Amino acid sequence: MHVGNYIGLVQSSEQQLANAFAQVADHHGDEPDIYQVCQTLSGWSQQHVTDLQPLVDRYAATKNDEPDRLSQTLFKEPRSGGLALLRDLHDLYLLASEVELCWVVLLQAARGLRHQELESRCEEFDKTTKRQITWLMTRIKQAAPQTLIVAE
Amino acid sequence: MEQTRDSITDIWGERTPHFGDWPVRVDRRTTAEPDHWVQSACVLCSNGCGLEIGVKDGCIVGVRGLDRDPINHGRLGPKGLHGWEANHSPDRLTKPLIRRNGVLEEASWDEAMSLIVERSKAIIQQHTSLAMGFYTSGQLFLEEYYTLAVLGKAGLSTPHMDGNTRLCTATAAAALKQSFGSDGQPGSYIDLDTTDTILHVGHNIASQHTVLWMRILDRLAGPNPPKLIVIDPRRTFTAEKAHIHLAPRVGTNVPVLNGLLHLLIEAGQIDQTYIDAHTIGFDELKKMVSSWTPERVEALTGVSADQMREAARLLGSTKTLVSSALQGVYQSMQATAAAVQVNNIHLIRGLIGRPGCGIYQMNGQPTAQNTRETGADGDMPGFRNSGNPEHMNQLARLWNVDVRKIPHWSPPTHAMQIWRYAEQGSIKFMWISATNPAVSMPELARIRRILQKEDLFIVVQDAFMTETARYADVVLPAAIWGEKTGCMTNVDRTVHLTQKAIEPPGEAKSDLEIFVDYSRRMDFRDKDGAPLIKWDTAEGAFAAWKECTRGRPCDYTGMSYEKLRRGGIQWPCNDEHPDGTSHLYTDGVFHTSADDCEAYGFDMTTGGAVTPEEYKANDPKGKAFIRAIDYEPPHEEPDQDYPLWLTTGRLVYHFHTRTKTSRSRALDEAAPDSFVQIAREDADRYGIAEGDLIEVESRRGRVIEPARIGDIEQGLVFIPFHYGYWDDPKRSRAANELTLTEWDPVSKQPHFKYAAVRIRKASAADERELVADQAGLFPETGTNTLNK
Repeated sequence: MHVGNYIGLVQSSEQQLANAFAQVADHHGDEPDIYQVCQTLSGWSQQHVTDLQPLVDRYAATKNDEPDRLSQTLFKEPRSGGLALLRDLHDLYLLASEVELCWVVLLQAARGLRHQELESRCEEFDKTTKRQITWLMTRIKQAAPQTLIVAE
Repeated sequence: MEQTRDSITDIWGERTPHFGDWPVRVDRRTTAEPDHWVQSACVLCSNGCGLEIGVKDGCIVGVRGLDRDPINHGRLGPKGLHGWEANHSPDRLTKPLIRRNGVLEEASWDEAMSLIVERSKAIIQQHTSLAMGFYTSGQLFLEEYYTLAVLGKAGLSTPHMDGNTRLCTATAAAALKQSFGSDGQPGSYIDLDTTDTILHVGHNIASQHTVLWMRILDRLAGPNPPKLIVIDPRRTFTAEKAHIHLAPRVGTNVPVLNGLLHLLIEAGQIDQTYIDAHTIGFDELKKMVSSWTPERVEALTGVSADQMREAARLLGSTKTLVSSALQGVYQSMQATAAAVQVNNIHLIRGLIGRPGCGIYQMNGQPTAQNTRETGADGDMPGFRNSGNPEHMNQLARLWNVDVRKIPHWSPPTHAMQIWRYAEQGSIKFMWISATNPAVSMPELARIRRILQKEDLFIVVQDAFMTETARYADVVLPAAIWGEKTGCMTNVDRTVHLTQKAIEPPGEAKSDLEIFVDYSRRMDFRDKDGAPLIKWDTAEGAFAAWKECTRGRPCDYTGMSYEKLRRGGIQWPCNDEHPDGTSHLYTDGVFHTSADDCEAYGFDMTTGGAVTPEEYKANDPKGKAFIRAIDYEPPHEEPDQDYPLWLTTGRLVYHFHTRTKTSRSRALDEAAPDSFVQIAREDADRYGIAEGDLIEVESRRGRVIEPARIGDIEQGLVFIPFHYGYWDDPKRSRAANELTLTEWDPVSKQPHFKYAAVRIRKASAADERELVADQAGLFPETGTNTLNK
């Protein structure tokens, strides 16, 4: 039974994502939207970390440091220059996708276990993660042409 | 001089009580007897009052309201009766100016236009047209915006075009799209003549739309007067007349509206048949608002639970309802979310699409609706959807260009983002027409830094040497209202023709002429090598625009200049509705079907875009969206260092940054200077007396204003946003020195209505020190010597 393992993985991933959104909010505060939206989205992930705790306790999940390595690879240090925002959004997208994939995996397990509560919690969490991904995609599409073609 | 009333001391004039037909009252003010009158409409707010311009010896000598006009029935407000004086102001720009060795000098049109074209071509060659940005207005005419939109989208191929309408009415458009699938106000001003109840949310209509307010005052004085509910944190002229005035804390519109929706649903005062037949999303709304009990609303917003219940009883029992919203909603936290809740009240009660039931998501400026319709803002012409390939193909066929020329890979760039790109240096050319960002944008110190950038080439097209024009590389003198012909569309979709009455001063040219000239000089052509812009005159542009609107919600195909000379017409006007349309959605079918909608919608909290695939999977097929949203606290709240809330707004005597209104003597004298309004309790706490100079400081800047005490909630300070520096460079006084660079995630409208500030009594030394603070202004050396 590895459900606990994945619950630990997703909780750590959400923590990494919360930290990364907060970090991007701080680094790109001069954009008209980044600070406020990234703060909000960081809050969503932080809320997931809290809400997951009962499941973590129940399945005796152990802290998984795999996501740590992922975010260290992605966000090594603050980036600057015209490309920085796009690259940071790009990495947020990858981190958020990691979380999203965890929900898919857990959801499958919940269905196999016919575990109603786990299933509905995962669906609920997944909805929020998808909203984060939708915003990231919208913003990336907007930034891409200007960044790649004109920015210095 | 002849005037029918003194509109400065008596803003709304005598009552003509009514129910049903609103009586005619012709307001007139002329300084000499005109030798002829020219039909037009007023451009000093978004109401769109029909008027006639009195002309004598080639000069405007006054105006009178048009008695047969459906909007005003002859009435005019103080700005309309006085604002025309600006046309003959001695400081009109009459010749093009070019910056040479740091100084703006007179030049010929050919020199100025050649320079603009030469720089455009050089920048495009080196950086592509993504380095070209346009920032326009809510003041030009439809024909001018459409010409600009075509040359920008199909000539240059740049997505960077927006209007200052982003600052005033973007949320109106966003809320209409989010609820009904397309821009366009459902109701009509005639709804006010019979309605039982009126709800104003963040809309000080008595000051902002004085003639529309006269219509309401006349109802209040007549038989069967309507009940009036006003939601506004200040005790405004409007609030004084309210039967119920809810005064929420700044930034809490959503909890108040969610609380009202909750009470309506809880009491069963909803039209379930309408909800089932014509809407989607009601269950989510019901769930979302269920936690907003009157007690919880009271604790958060300061509006008492009893008042909430009283307002809900009225909204729940009324058989007809007119609602309006303006900047108190649009420029505040959760702007689109709050505006949509106003729509929701109408949808869940089925109060839409019939006489007496209207929603006015108000506009701030006279032609803001046209900026949105034509795509001179961050939209596509004719309310087309940039994500819908068929809509883009329609434009490509219409303009006879390759569809890939039209920048539709992502939504057009919004104003604040355009300025951000300029700040970062990826936009290198900015053409600013008929607007004054150096006073009207948030966080002015930052805007001035951008305007001063060496690598940003700035063209300013205006009638006056505004605070913004002083930073330009080229200044083009523009003809204004009364000196050119064109159409404008007001809040209730009424199109007016405004006609040329006099010649523009000196060498000034109409904006249309300037844009056409630029397009010809840039040699923009269609696929077959013919000129892209196929018109030279306003009427020619109007004919092209009509074709662009064919089959779209804003259908103009049934209109003509000749028809418009007989009076205003409400779109859609086509073969089916030759006399126009007073109410949209009479059949409960909205513009939400996937092939029709103007946008696929956005996440209300993040602004994340719904994809075409997602939208089509749940195609609402004509049902309206009921969208639920929970409260979110503002991002900047008062704290120990900045303990007060700042809110900004407008005065009855001025329009925008006073470019025209301060050049009318009576309007200027009625409100000559800025001020800061504070509560009596705060005045006592800080030892401030009426008229004392106060320094107001935020994290972004500071201003010094004389104090005005009373009629405002404790803890809140108010500064009108109109005042800049052109006529008084000696004191830092523009409210936007203090405001935030932050926007609503859906409408991208900046948040002007809240910021944390601190205040203290100012000394003379503070005042002197602050002169230097107005970066870019050098009062000691005169006006035109600004170095870049």
